[in-house]
Amino acid sequence: MARYPTEPLKCWAKAKELRDGFYRDFEQAHDKGGIRCIGSAWALDAVTMGLGGDVYWVTGEPYGASCAYNRSLSAEFMTAAENFGFSRDLCSYMRNYWGSIISNKYPFGGPFPKVDFAYTQHICCSHAKWYQNACELEGSDIPLYVIDVGAGAYPPFEPEMYEHRVRYVADQMLDSIEWMEKVTGRTYNDELFLEACWNDMRTTHTWAKVCMLNRAVPAPLDEKSIYSLYVLGTLQKSRGEFADFYEELLEEVEGRVERGIAAVGNEQARVMTDAQPPWGFLKIYRYLEAWGAVSIGSLYTFGLEGMWLYDEGENDLRPRPMPTERPRSREEACMMLADWHLSKPEYQHFYSPEYKTKMMDAIAKRWMCDGIIMHYNRGCEGLSVGIAENRLGLLKRGNKVMTYEGNMGDEREFDLTATETRFDIFLEGLGLKRPEG
Amino acid sequence: MIEKFQEWYANRHEYQREYKERTGNKIVGYFCTYTPEEIFYAADVLPVRILGSHEPQDVTEPHIFSMFCPFCRDVLAQGLKGKYDYLDGITIGQSCLHLRQTFTSWELHRNPGWSYFLHMPNHVQSKRAIPFLVEEYRLLIKKIEELAGKEITDDDLRQGIDIMNKVRRVMKEIYEFRKKDNPPITGTEAMYMTCAQFFTDAREFLPVAEEVKRGLTARRLDRDQGKRIMLIGSENDDIEYINMIETLGERESVGCTVVVEEHCTTTRYFWDEVDTDIDDPLRAIAERYVLRTPCPSKDWPKRSRLQRILKLAKDFRVDGAIIIQQKFCDPHEADIPFIRRFLEDNGIPTYFLEFDVTVAAGPFAIRTEAFLETLEAEEDLF
Repeated sequence: MARYPTEPLKCWAKAKELRDGFYRDFEQAHDKGGIRCIGSAWALDAVTMGLGGDVYWVTGEPYGASCAYNRSLSAEFMTAAENFGFSRDLCSYMRNYWGSIISNKYPFGGPFPKVDFAYTQHICCSHAKWYQNACELEGSDIPLYVIDVGAGAYPPFEPEMYEHRVRYVADQMLDSIEWMEKVTGRTYNDELFLEACWNDMRTTHTWAKVCMLNRAVPAPLDEKSIYSLYVLGTLQKSRGEFADFYEELLEEVEGRVERGIAAVGNEQARVMTDAQPPWGFLKIYRYLEAWGAVSIGSLYTFGLEGMWLYDEGENDLRPRPMPTERPRSREEACMMLADWHLSKPEYQHFYSPEYKTKMMDAIAKRWMCDGIIMHYNRGCEGLSVGIAENRLGLLKRGNKVMTYEGNMGDEREFDLTATETRFDIFLEGLGLKRPEG
Repeated sequence: MIEKFQEWYANRHEYQREYKERTGNKIVGYFCTYTPEEIFYAADVLPVRILGSHEPQDVTEPHIFSMFCPFCRDVLAQGLKGKYDYLDGITIGQSCLHLRQTFTSWELHRNPGWSYFLHMPNHVQSKRAIPFLVEEYRLLIKKIEELAGKEITDDDLRQGIDIMNKVRRVMKEIYEFRKKDNPPITGTEAMYMTCAQFFTDAREFLPVAEEVKRGLTARRLDRDQGKRIMLIGSENDDIEYINMIETLGERESVGCTVVVEEHCTTTRYFWDEVDTDIDDPLRAIAERYVLRTPCPSKDWPKRSRLQRILKLAKDFRVDGAIIIQQKFCDPHEADIPFIRRFLEDNGIPTYFLEFDVTVAAGPFAIRTEAFLETLEAEEDLF
């Protein structure tokens, strides 16, 4: 029974349209004389935009998730990757991606579009290997540039952000500019880069502000819907129309909070998650909602692209403020962008699970969650690192935690019935009643 | 003297406890070969590598999700079971995600009072890596000075370099004997040697290794070398497996000798020395770790391992390569299909085995034997 009014998001259709346009642009890039680029969702894509407004991206993680959503196609890609010799326990996004190349199929229609170069970042062991292999599978003539961002945790998790760490990342970006000019034959335009850099910050800052609004009761957004919105940040942070869209979205969600519009009319309990869901089984969120539980988000949906700072004294997570001034030069933009991205919440646990535990605990407390659902995700080593310690740390801090095992991109490793049974037990433990029928 | 290596391997804890009592020096355990031992020696702190026990364990499940490699869980088990309760500190040079969890869980639950995560750069093919690592070493040195209670000077660093270069050199010289027909040292013995070096003070290891080297000139083993095999893998101190396949010839129609390995227990660990012609010792150490044979997690954008593997295979005249996959080891898993194709294209037959360090080695005997038989069959054909 509904306790709160609900209404569809007005900008929903626009979000879908932007996403579809993004993938279409990549496919048609060469028809327009443009450049196709691939890399991680965490790649510093802004740097590539100095090559021109016609650099079209595909990022591997959302691409892998899109493949996974189409379970029969994903099964074909997985088989192709395994037949090539890749182990089945590797990142399932990566296997979907490689399988898509090997099968020569683009999940949005047609053959896999051959890319011009790969430009990515590396913090998880699989990041650089992903594109190293992708380039080789595409024909070994695809140039690859990787920026190592494993330069250390951001304060307060480290005493300070040492200048040489920011410099290390920024210098690799500067080197990449010369490299891109060489491999594309184009002249780099600093003005375009400075604009893209600012767009990146706008996108990631505004997204954090949108997520802040989900502290409201009832929550204006549910996590299943959030997946369709956060994805734009994962596709290309530096794309101006995505930054603009998030500003529109912010305005709309503010309106929903003011008017008490709920994502789930039957909100009785609030839960949060921790990492990627099994993409082929997003209906688990609707299952939770039938019980009256809304998933308000996670460190993953908030902080994969959103930029936040953790306040240790207050045990709070707040959007990182925008810089007071725009960058004025290539060098300044690289330093600014490096410092900005090194503070990314989802980078911090690569150095210690305690950092993630603290941020998750802050979300649990500040977003008023009754419970935490953790996905022991066999498909992603990067976001599963330290997950067992996260569980222990969250329990120690007084949170109610349940876990389920699965795989974000390989349906063969997810048991829907068993997971729903675990949900039943957990939700009953939170005081909810089994839905009728 | 070669038996001394085995003794050190088997009695690592006894050695380290006795060493501490005898010298009064502090001991720091490290988890990955990207830890600069030179700097620890410079501070009179003994760095010892922590390996697993190859025994089934039931203590790590609450701490590390089971999709991570059995090696990292086996190593953590050593800490959780208190086998290293004499350590004064633990450290790791940024390596794979798997082993980092061992470090962080150990740090959380068995912290000896001093711990340090060294930000070893991943992009070792970038010209930015060495200056970055030098700065990171400066931070590490401050931290080690707190532990050691002494300032580390450039001369101390040079001494640390000298210690490590000497042991690396002698092990490499011993490896030269493995290039011979009927090598006077088996793969099992060589593995005992490199592991013993992890567990002992290099200055105590060195004279033993020197004596072993001298003895190898006249040493003759009463065995048929069989097929000359190369092992390629990640962390693979799988002595039981190596011994098992090297004794196959005593029981079966085919046998083999492991003549070289490309993995981080042996050649990736010790093959490269610090260049002593570089004036700044810290920079020299940084260069060594950035330019050394890389772990696949750092081997990009170019896959430089392939040529190194091929060179080792040719230099040691291998008949075939066994690619050992540490279950769940992602960086290696990402390389393996390409390594296999590359070696096969270069005329080196390969065989793939997925290992779990805590699972009995026995079942792998028949598979290895089958591979060796295929090598025989190829000889018959041509």
